[in-house]
Amino acid sequence: MPQSADKILDHEHLFREPEYQDLLKNKKEQFEYNHPDAKIQEIVEWTKTEDYKEKNFAREALTVNPAKACQPLGAVYVANGFHKTLSFVHGSQGCVAYYRSHFSRHFKEPTSCVSSSMTEDAAVFGGLNNMIDGLANSYNLYKPDMIAVSTTCMAEVIGDDLNAFIKTSKDKGSVPMEFDVPFAHTPAFVGSHITGYDNALLGILRHFWDGKADTAPKLERQPNDAINFIFGFDGFVVGNMKEMKRILDMFEIDYNIICDPSETWNTPTDGEFRMYEGGTTKETVERALHSKATVIFQEFCCERTAKFIADHGQEVVLLNSPIGVAGTDKFLMEISRLTGKPIPAELEKERGQLVDAMADSQAHLHGKRYAMYGDPDMMLGLTEFLLELGAEPVHILATNGEKEWAAKVQQVLDASPYGGGCKVYPKRDLWHMRSLLYTEPVDFLIGNTYGKYLERDTGTPLIRMVFPIFDRHHYHRYPIWGYEGGLRVLVMLLDEFFESIDTNTIVPGKTDYSYDIIR
Amino acid sequence: MSSLRQIAFYGKGGIGKSTTSQNTLAALAEMGQKILIVGCDPKADSTRLILHAKAQDTILSLAAEAGSVEDLELEDVMKIGFRDIRCVESGGPEPGVGCAGRGVITSINFLEENGAYEGVDYVSYDVLGDVVCGGFAMPIRENKAQEIYIVMSGEMMAMYAANNISKGILKYANSGGVRLGGLVCNERKTDKELELAESLAKKLGTTLIHFVPRDNIVQHAELRRMTVIEYAPDSAQAGQYRMLAEKVHANKGQGIIPTPITMDELEDLLMEHGVMAQVDESQVGKAATAA
Repeated sequence: MPQSADKILDHEHLFREPEYQDLLKNKKEQFEYNHPDAKIQEIVEWTKTEDYKEKNFAREALTVNPAKACQPLGAVYVANGFHKTLSFVHGSQGCVAYYRSHFSRHFKEPTSCVSSSMTEDAAVFGGLNNMIDGLANSYNLYKPDMIAVSTTCMAEVIGDDLNAFIKTSKDKGSVPMEFDVPFAHTPAFVGSHITGYDNALLGILRHFWDGKADTAPKLERQPNDAINFIFGFDGFVVGNMKEMKRILDMFEIDYNIICDPSETWNTPTDGEFRMYEGGTTKETVERALHSKATVIFQEFCCERTAKFIADHGQEVVLLNSPIGVAGTDKFLMEISRLTGKPIPAELEKERGQLVDAMADSQAHLHGKRYAMYGDPDMMLGLTEFLLELGAEPVHILATNGEKEWAAKVQQVLDASPYGGGCKVYPKRDLWHMRSLLYTEPVDFLIGNTYGKYLERDTGTPLIRMVFPIFDRHHYHRYPIWGYEGGLRVLVMLLDEFFESIDTNTIVPGKTDYSYDIIR
Repeated sequence: MSSLRQIAFYGKGGIGKSTTSQNTLAALAEMGQKILIVGCDPKADSTRLILHAKAQDTILSLAAEAGSVEDLELEDVMKIGFRDIRCVESGGPEPGVGCAGRGVITSINFLEENGAYEGVDYVSYDVLGDVVCGGFAMPIRENKAQEIYIVMSGEMMAMYAANNISKGILKYANSGGVRLGGLVCNERKTDKELELAESLAKKLGTTLIHFVPRDNIVQHAELRRMTVIEYAPDSAQAGQYRMLAEKVHANKGQGIIPTPITMDELEDLLMEHGVMAQVDESQVGKAATAA
């Protein structure tokens, strides 16, 4: 046997042992009855052609590897952004296990979230009893200050009514009458995780601002000079939020951050388990109604929320995940405009340092071709930054991007001399991306962990800059926003570039004439 | 199991589906067939004439009490009625909550898993109204019912429902073994009812297997929660149901894949028989005062 207790082989090596190699060979020969290798190879080659790409893009009914997750994932993200708030998903258990593991695999932190564990009986009779018992258990076991409810497909298909269910649960004594249970219907078969972010955040704001589901008077707005910030669904939230707070503190302004899960996903190991850590308090949410304006950092994460806030009399500033110099400039100038405060000298210096770093390296990135996919706002921010570097974002794809988004990206492309050969692909998936990478090859692919299959398939080096990142650790601890974040993105782009030239020049005596010490 | 015959009765609500099916099944029982009735209507009235009961405790109401379907035993839900006909009702959630369609699926799965189909010659499903969702198509899915009998009358909406049900059958006919057994016209004394029913059957590619005349004795029997077969075995109406039962019994394997028609074709059919006048398109949507 290849495996022995004295020296355990990891699976990386174990299956290369002759025993396993024989086993796999026999399985293929005796049981798989596959097409001949030559035929398989022929089809593989055909899927790389222009002919196949046309068929692939004519695809209507089928999605292959969508670059998006479902609504409740966004809702769980939102719940984690509020102080001592328990995320409660009304629906089936398996779905909720997925949200927890998805976040835990990315942030390498436990993610607390409960399910009302609907079973077949609940599907037939409706999930009211699950809500009643679930709220009571959650309240008593986990002692939250607030329970934020969202739904899975199961509850949505049978039409469970959260508002009525929560009211009935309170009548039955699951939680005290005055206990805050904001809710949002988040059918997973509509939109994506950013839709769920939007719905859940709207649910919380509506709860606190508009009279707690008719159980309290609506709050009356008394305008002040504070500014609200909503940063949207962000896989780099741990690093980004710290950076954003640093910037806002430098401005010395009165501000409220609505939804901040950065501390939940960054608890220290010191012997104490923290189910809840940090997050926006209820008082902050209520105070936020009176602010002069709200800056929404990721427009497409907050379409309904933005309208709701504007309808309550605030100015709403919409940004698209600004990354790099011009994007950060715009962000800072908006803060300055709204508050009348000058941009801190420290930040001006950081700007100069970023520009300097970009100038130092620009010869390497200029003209490099990139393909990328991810959430709509992130794609806009990255497009701007790549164009700033003189790089070309040739394929820009978002499964959850709509026509309006595509038009916005096109504007950015049109405004740059490097945007001419670039194209936007709304509502496409990673199988479309595969065709693009074969028919119009690029130098690098920017995406998430799932992009590693495209990397293996097409040989395009992957830069991991999109949620979720499961197979590299701690990227989320560093910011990609602000001038400091721009620096980080620049380094990631450069690292992959230098790695690729090193790999390409590494054969002694053959290619190593370019295997240089200085790059 | 190979000789188990599974049939289903579908039809518009209020058409007399349950009455027709129970009388037919009672007649089949007289012929010595061992029968199981599975009511798939949240109203749960598919077995009352056989059981002489107001309404049978349903699988789902008992499951709700017990906490879960898994906590039920077959004997809790199955009642024995006239001539040893076994009866179960699926039931459903309270109006306005949950999912009745899923309830049908849950109930049928429960019956199969617990051996309710063992030792019977016939399983008959009695399904509400139109095939409104996948759950109510359960008896025609997965090779359950081999033949569907559609109970209809000469009324426009009953014919519309019959056509819709045919669409449902067509959907599953190619992947599974379900076939349309035929139409059963339950007389309403509408104009040219027999002609219309025969025409519709022809259009759907099937036959009108029986025309059940209207007879008040059915109501008399129903008041006593009995089938006519039991209440007045020597009546002419009982004879009609026996004829229908024999036709159903002889119809084994004779079902067809239906050819449903469009709404326009259905209206043409009514006009052809003079039941509906040619529509004056200029008058459509105008109130009486405007005309």
